[in-house]
Amino acid sequence: MSRLAVPKTYKLYIGGAFPRSESGRTYEVVSASGAFLANAAKASRKDARDAVVAARGAVAGWAGATAYNRGQVLYRIAELLEGRRAQFVAEIEDAEGATRAQASAQVDEAIDRWVWYAGWADKFAQVAGNANPVAGPYFNISVPEPTGVVAIVAPQDSSLVGLVSAVAPALVAGNAVVVVASERFPLSAISLAEVLATSDVPKGVVNVLTGSPAEIAPWLASHADVNALDLVGAGELDWVDLEFAAADTLKRVLRPEQGPDAAAPTLDRITAFTETKTVWHTKSLK
Amino acid sequence: MSFLEYAPAPESRAILSLRDSYGLFIDGEFVDGHGTPFQTSSPATEERIATIANANAADVDIAVAAARRAYDRTWSRMSGRDRGKYLFRIARLVQERARELAVAESLDNGKPIKESRDVDVPLVAAWFFYYAGWADKLDHAGLGANPRSLGVAAQVIPWNFPLLMLSWKIAPALAAGNTVVLKPAETTPLTALLFAEILQQADLPPGVVNIITGAGDTGAALVAHEGVDKVAFTGSTAVGRAIAKQVAGTQKKVTLELGGKAANIVFDDAPIDQAIEGIVNGIFFNQGHVCCAGSRLLVQESIHDEVVERLKSRLSTLRLGDPLDKNTDIGAINSAEQLERINELSDAGVDEGAERWSAPCEIPENGFWYAPTIFTNVQTSNRIAREEIFGPVLSVLTFRTPAEAIAKANNTPYGLSAGIWTDKGSRILAVADQLRAGVVWANTFNRFDPSSPFGGYKESGYGREGGRHGLAAYLAPSSAVSAGRAGAQRRLETGESTSAEPDTAAERPARPTRTRTTRAAKKGAAK
Repeated sequence: MSRLAVPKTYKLYIGGAFPRSESGRTYEVVSASGAFLANAAKASRKDARDAVVAARGAVAGWAGATAYNRGQVLYRIAELLEGRRAQFVAEIEDAEGATRAQASAQVDEAIDRWVWYAGWADKFAQVAGNANPVAGPYFNISVPEPTGVVAIVAPQDSSLVGLVSAVAPALVAGNAVVVVASERFPLSAISLAEVLATSDVPKGVVNVLTGSPAEIAPWLASHADVNALDLVGAGELDWVDLEFAAADTLKRVLRPEQGPDAAAPTLDRITAFTETKTVWHTKSLK
Repeated sequence: MSFLEYAPAPESRAILSLRDSYGLFIDGEFVDGHGTPFQTSSPATEERIATIANANAADVDIAVAAARRAYDRTWSRMSGRDRGKYLFRIARLVQERARELAVAESLDNGKPIKESRDVDVPLVAAWFFYYAGWADKLDHAGLGANPRSLGVAAQVIPWNFPLLMLSWKIAPALAAGNTVVLKPAETTPLTALLFAEILQQADLPPGVVNIITGAGDTGAALVAHEGVDKVAFTGSTAVGRAIAKQVAGTQKKVTLELGGKAANIVFDDAPIDQAIEGIVNGIFFNQGHVCCAGSRLLVQESIHDEVVERLKSRLSTLRLGDPLDKNTDIGAINSAEQLERINELSDAGVDEGAERWSAPCEIPENGFWYAPTIFTNVQTSNRIAREEIFGPVLSVLTFRTPAEAIAKANNTPYGLSAGIWTDKGSRILAVADQLRAGVVWANTFNRFDPSSPFGGYKESGYGREGGRHGLAAYLAPSSAVSAGRAGAQRRLETGESTSAEPDTAAERPARPTRTRTTRAAKKGAAK
């Protein structure tokens, strides 16, 4: 007799908790061959707003943590993801219809990108910052600081690597994130949230919404408490409207990317969500 | 005659040889505009200075085409070394004609000659000198080897620092290899046109810099023009928003330097004499027509009365009047329109219950003037504590603890600048860390330097001007370098199919920094 499996309920990840959508809505997620996989939560405008509130509350603590600490926390995500490798490979095989080799490669790449970005946490400020030789008796230094709350439309064509590639760089500097997962492949996003929830990432630093990006993204784009908008995975949406809405509060906007290089690892993706602060201080022997 | 009275000491206007009218500067020549010419006048006397050509949409087309030609045929092909030498030439010419430029600036803008002569124009020369040296060192600008220029830059600048803002825009753009179409503010076109003469003296190739004059619609047409690759704007947050909407969905790269409502925080252990001078400099420099002005004074409650008394006493010694007089501290408000806005907000302050005090100074009969003014008993909800006044008006609020000071300082949609006054170094650094502002001055205020990045957080805009960051705003990584793509490589090798062809993605507007060649993808680990 084969054992009857226990399927998982996939919910949202907001403020460190796993609530259902307040709307009570779900949508059916199917495999590449059309078989039923799960009912994912279909996040609403209210869920998006709750996620922004959670993210805003988490910014000060995360941005205020030492860079060394942030690096270790991000590295720990890689450790835990490695430990649950088989689970993600299986999920990706089911969801994307990928071969074992392809799914493994995707999970490996996602883990390695966490490691790559973890290492940047206590270095990017040295590369992106400057001591400025001003013409006067002043100590003058420019340093990158986190922009604040970053809303992300994750790449839609993959379960894990696209999501990680968009979320990880935003976390490096100390931003908090609200990410809308791939609509078609949302399940690994929630499994990743389980990894985050158990890997020392403070609650609210990452908030994961599943559902319709077309429905949720406009509320994030126009939300006055969102500081930046990463449209990397919004290529199929009316993303110009999203950029237009973001202009009302002068959000920093990254435009959509497509193809295999979308959200590829660069220092640019880290600095895109930073603000350069320049501090002047008088020098005097008196 | 008391010790506060001085004989007039006006700077001579004889150094100026202005034309009666000025055309648009396009392709190295002054040409007529197709719009209706307008007059520029002195805000101190309301006397006409010159007639200025008005660029309409057709002129914008012509100017952008000239810039594109110059970019394709000349400037983008020139060595960085030679571009740099042109910029050094310009810096020297500005120094040679410094006094003339200062007089013209004070005449047209209304700012005191001591400021145009000692601050604006020396910084203009410094800006060109600084960026001149970058032109052949772009590999070190932080974008990897062989960064590329963007193309034609559309630049729209405000009236508060006309020539200085021109230098902030043009110097880095040219150093990076871009060509420029710049529109100065409607009320202060004069020094930009004198600068065009300097470009002729420098023998800068035609079309590399084009200067078109006009009002807001000229600027809007320029920003919207399809032939433009980069937009750089300094001005109000309202216009900045409109520009951000205008460029949505395009490939244009944008920097916006917008409004501010800076907090100047004075702790009870501050060096009080310096602090008083710093507060005065922070809000009354350039009649308060400064986006980063310290317009909200946050003073620790225990020293509030002393600071306010000393401020009033200091302000009573400021001399308001003829901008060309070397003893003038407070010049003219730049326009009737701006004066009206200051009056409107100032009256709103009184209506909302704040107490207004203005320095007792004689207001000249002609021109636009506003006496240095302090509001006390200001609430954080008052309009004068929230909205940018852009005039010589200071709102005084109090705090008890550093945490309260930080919370109040950050309680604004703006985030351009801030000031901290205390003798305690560790507190300065801790407070500076917490302030959400792009420039923080500690025990000083309103300092600027070409090597020092300047720009805002939040609704004060994005991008930086000055320093390496200001250069990077006019560059993109070279195609080969930007794509260090380990992940893409591995995915390609494992034969994973992707939904989009790499090259078709380029049809969609995207960041110019992204390239998608498979060759680049195989270059190895992310840099």
